[in-house]
Amino acid sequence: MTADSDLLIIGGGQAAGELAAALRSRDWGGSIAIVGEEDHVPYTRPPLSKAYLRGEVEAADLYLRRPDFYDRHGIAVSAGVAVADVDLEAQTVTLDDGRVRTWRKLVFATGGRPRRLPDSILRSAPNVHYIRTLADVDRLKAVRTDGASFVVVGGGYVGLEIASVLRSLDAQVTLVEAADRLLGRVTSPVVSEFFRRLHRDRGVDVRVGTAVVEYQYSDAGNVIGAVLSDGSRIAVDQLLVGIGIVPNDELAARAGIDVDGGILVDRFCRTSANDVFAVGDVAKVTDLDGEPPRRLESMPNAVSHARVLADYLSGVEQPAVDPPWFWSDQYDIKLQSAGLVVPDDELVIRGNPDERRFSVLYLCDGVVTAVDAIGSPADYAAARKLIAQRVPVDAGIAADPGRRLLEAALASAGTTD
Amino acid sequence: MPEVTFTQPSGERITVSADVGRSLMKVAVENLVPGIVGECGGDLSCATCHVFVDVPWVAKLPPMTAEEEQMLDVTAEEPTAASRLCCQITLTEDLDGLSLHVPETQR
Repeated sequence: MTADSDLLIIGGGQAAGELAAALRSRDWGGSIAIVGEEDHVPYTRPPLSKAYLRGEVEAADLYLRRPDFYDRHGIAVSAGVAVADVDLEAQTVTLDDGRVRTWRKLVFATGGRPRRLPDSILRSAPNVHYIRTLADVDRLKAVRTDGASFVVVGGGYVGLEIASVLRSLDAQVTLVEAADRLLGRVTSPVVSEFFRRLHRDRGVDVRVGTAVVEYQYSDAGNVIGAVLSDGSRIAVDQLLVGIGIVPNDELAARAGIDVDGGILVDRFCRTSANDVFAVGDVAKVTDLDGEPPRRLESMPNAVSHARVLADYLSGVEQPAVDPPWFWSDQYDIKLQSAGLVVPDDELVIRGNPDERRFSVLYLCDGVVTAVDAIGSPADYAAARKLIAQRVPVDAGIAADPGRRLLEAALASAGTTD
Repeated sequence: MPEVTFTQPSGERITVSADVGRSLMKVAVENLVPGIVGECGGDLSCATCHVFVDVPWVAKLPPMTAEEEQMLDVTAEEPTAASRLCCQITLTEDLDGLSLHVPETQR
């Protein structure tokens, strides 16, 4: 029997687009199909909460490659179609319009969806927004911002980026974070405090250690007020909820593939089923040299998975070697991060947060494991190399902003020999 | 449509034509030009679309922003006076014939 496609990718986001292109750039000769729920060819999400929301770029600029790219390279894209069911034994998928497609190899690039507040807490209302897709941001762009009161629930990167754009569009913004600091899961207190001050100085009413305990509704069903745990009440014109992502792993689980808060894969993106793979936000990598399994929600991670899998399918077993990396733009501030921050890391601060130009190195047993660089690309670049090469550094020498970081690291490596 | 030539470290020349207004990084990625990664999508955050511009063309390109200059610190291969990030170069009719060299490594 001839399969409809040699490789079928479920999901049409960036991981899917990059995987298809990477396979073609490696001269992979099989047929490739992408089935995605959104009405678009694969596009890149990071600008959604930045330049796209600001109105500086158009939807077509978000497309990774123009629609004709896929035709020219033998990649069949079905947009606006969901996969309803996967049968591993028959090697088929059933689409939500009832059609059945056969495949030889299958890739889950199903991503994630915004974690929703339960209906018991927040009913769905026309002025409640979750931010993940182009359609979500188009909806947000259609509302009036000038002088309007926006409440952002959740102090993660997406919430902060959106708050910064809304401020530049003259909205009044209140940001509510239940934890005692912003970005608590991903960075150190010094970076959290930097962003709290940055947003406060730009006029965002930042409330940390505070949760919304009650939403108030108009007769028409819109949210008009939020009551906080400290008893205060905030007027709401628009409510944005950014409290994380839930991996879309249910389809894989129903098919009998191992999942545990994401689809479990090894470092080559192989799932527990033969010829079935998972990439991007949905994939949880389990064989990390003694580190706990991890699932990352980032565009660079999706691209990295796509490359690793394209190599693997082309006969090259080349696991990812770069540390995870990430960036965020808020106002005129650029943050670049690499590695993963662990709570008991030793902190080395280079430069001065008051000058909005500093970096934080995270050391574990004297080795740099992560960096947050604000307005300091040279430190970011140097730290990426140090993380990858596991060079031991002397914290005192590395903290001297008068020395270039790489030189400082080499000097400290010399002292430890 | 203007034509741009990307010369590979091997000496292989890849000439592509593209619409005015498109960034050179996107043009390269859409044409599967090896060695242009464009990992961040043109947000000046990854420096994986580094190119060396052939000298006659250097002065014809729009000047660099401070941000692009800073990000050239992050390239995998040592930048030179002819280095640019091609996500920051928008294709115009005047750039017809532009010639660029792709570095050995981007990341």
